[in-house]
Amino acid sequence: MRKLVVIAAFAAAFVAGAAAAQTPAAAPIPGSVLAATCSGCHGTGGRSVAEIPSIYGKTETQIATAMLEFKNDRRPATVMNRHAKGFSDAEIAELSRYIAANWR
Amino acid sequence: MTATKLSRRAFTGTLLATTALSACAVQTAPAKAHVVVIGGGFGGATAAKFLRLEDPGIAVTMIEPKDAFVTCPFSNYVIAGFKRIDEITHSYAALTSVHGVRHVRDMAAAIDPAAKTVRTAGGQTFKYDKLVVSPGIDIRWGALEGYTEAAAERLPHAWAGGPQTLLLRRQLEAMPDGGVVALSLPGNPFRCPPGPYERISVIAHYLKANKPRSKILALDAKDAFSKQGLFQDGWNALYPGMIEWVPLGKDGRVVRVLADEMTLVSEFGERHRANVINVVPPQFAGRIARDAGLAATEGGMAGWCPVDPFTFESTRAKDIHVIGDASIAGAMPKSGFAANSQGKFVAKAIAAALNGRPTFAPVFANTCYSLLAPEYGISVADIFRATPQGIVAVQGAGGVSPRTPQDAAQHRLLEARYAYGWYSSTTREVWGA
Ligand SMILES: Cc1cc2nc3c(=O)[nH]c(=O)nc-3n(C[C@H](O)[C@H](O)[C@H](O)COP(=O)(O)OP(=O)(O)OC[C@H]3O[C@@H](n4cnc5c(N)ncnc54)[C@H](O)[C@@H]3O)c2cc1C
Repeated sequence: MRKLVVIAAFAAAFVAGAAAAQTPAAAPIPGSVLAATCSGCHGTGGRSVAEIPSIYGKTETQIATAMLEFKNDRRPATVMNRHAKGFSDAEIAELSRYIAANWR
Repeated sequence: MTATKLSRRAFTGTLLATTALSACAVQTAPAKAHVVVIGGGFGGATAAKFLRLEDPGIAVTMIEPKDAFVTCPFSNYVIAGFKRIDEITHSYAALTSVHGVRHVRDMAAAIDPAAKTVRTAGGQTFKYDKLVVSPGIDIRWGALEGYTEAAAERLPHAWAGGPQTLLLRRQLEAMPDGGVVALSLPGNPFRCPPGPYERISVIAHYLKANKPRSKILALDAKDAFSKQGLFQDGWNALYPGMIEWVPLGKDGRVVRVLADEMTLVSEFGERHRANVINVVPPQFAGRIARDAGLAATEGGMAGWCPVDPFTFESTRAKDIHVIGDASIAGAMPKSGFAANSQGKFVAKAIAAALNGRPTFAPVFANTCYSLLAPEYGISVADIFRATPQGIVAVQGAGGVSPRTPQDAAQHRLLEARYAYGWYSSTTREVWGA
């Protein structure tokens, strides 16, 4: 799998750049947009249809803990370790807040 | 009915009264805006449904000729005989009755970006505030010499779900043991980068059980492919000696199809005769996008539609968003997962714009599962972000399944289970209640 551009620093800039909200790149990504990346597998509103675990009805801490453990390779996974590394810790916090509050 | 007669306010009154659309879609309050979606596949159906979920005050018209959608994902398993076509067919009933999307069963024939109207083949005209275009791919007939629509009746592409899928299935069933299945595989870009290799795998699965003396010959216009190491490991383990993959560098590129002789001709004139031939042909964006001037006309991406990486708005026309396979989405593959991810984002972005809310940057995901056998799955996954230069995969994240996981058999089994799980969740998200 080719990676076209190295954007480690770029991802960090998302979190830092709260000041300049005029360009979309600078503003933090809303929780609803972050959470939309989950529902393709875990189901709309976190309600999975079949073999993949549902993620609705969880607490913010449960989701954040799981995501951070996946991200840091501290929890066994097939694909979640690969996905979780794509988000900053601040984004994981926002994602967890959004899902706990809305996917009930 | 003409375009000029159709104001947005008139829409709910005039248009719905004069076209036989689903009664449950009729709204009592006038819609605050009208979004037209072309295509009811992974991208279009997602965008249509999520626009309604985001804001029920937005009227959504989805133009799609089909009554039900047969997915390409899992069609390889129909070809291999372990899924039925009805299991991969999805009706539009929930989109219309539960979500209030108006489904117009027609082809979009022309877009007028200046007047902001879409005309259908059946002669209806729809005025839009925003337009989402997700027509998928068309086959570039003639780009591969001898591969015509008539030839495809004999040498199926099966790169669109439906009759072509079943044709390839029937041909495999009819083939004698000891026969050769040949595939002609295209250069990049094309729909579903791992799709051809998954197809090779599950055809091998079928042959191993039913016609074990048969062979698969894959002639490729590329020197490398998606999840290559994982596929080749799996082929060696599951189907030793059955699959021969010929890369570009070893004269793998097919330049001519001789349909009457069931023969593929390579660049250097090698003739490969086979009992069954599957041609995965060169492709480009669905015709409506090209006809409307939304596609690039030159360069390596000619025939595909350039978009703003932050919004998926066409760089060639205002208020038109092109998503799914038809778009040039940087590092994102042409996958149903990606089209679904883009559809959700575009719905949120359009709803925000129509409600005067501030814009936000996107983040997208993709996981493409492939089965090498019903209980042997692998995947490639990535998170994507927009940059001014295009959409990129987040470095340090994503990638393919481990080549030598600790408990390999269990890992491959779990990923196969998750492939089925993904399909169930995602198809409900796109077409379900
Ligand atoms: C064999 C195979 C296996 C695959 N497996 C996977 C997989 O496992 N996972 C995955 O994520 N992806 C997979 N894909 C890829 C996936 O099918 C596509 O990426 C996805 O369908 C793209 O969505 P789309 O909305 O761009 O186009 P489509 O889903 O093709 O939808 C386009 C729709 O637009 C309609 N349309 C076209 N022109 C018009 C017009 N003028 N007016 C009105 N309607 C129109 C068509 O009828 C069609 O319904 C696979 C593909 C193949 C071929």
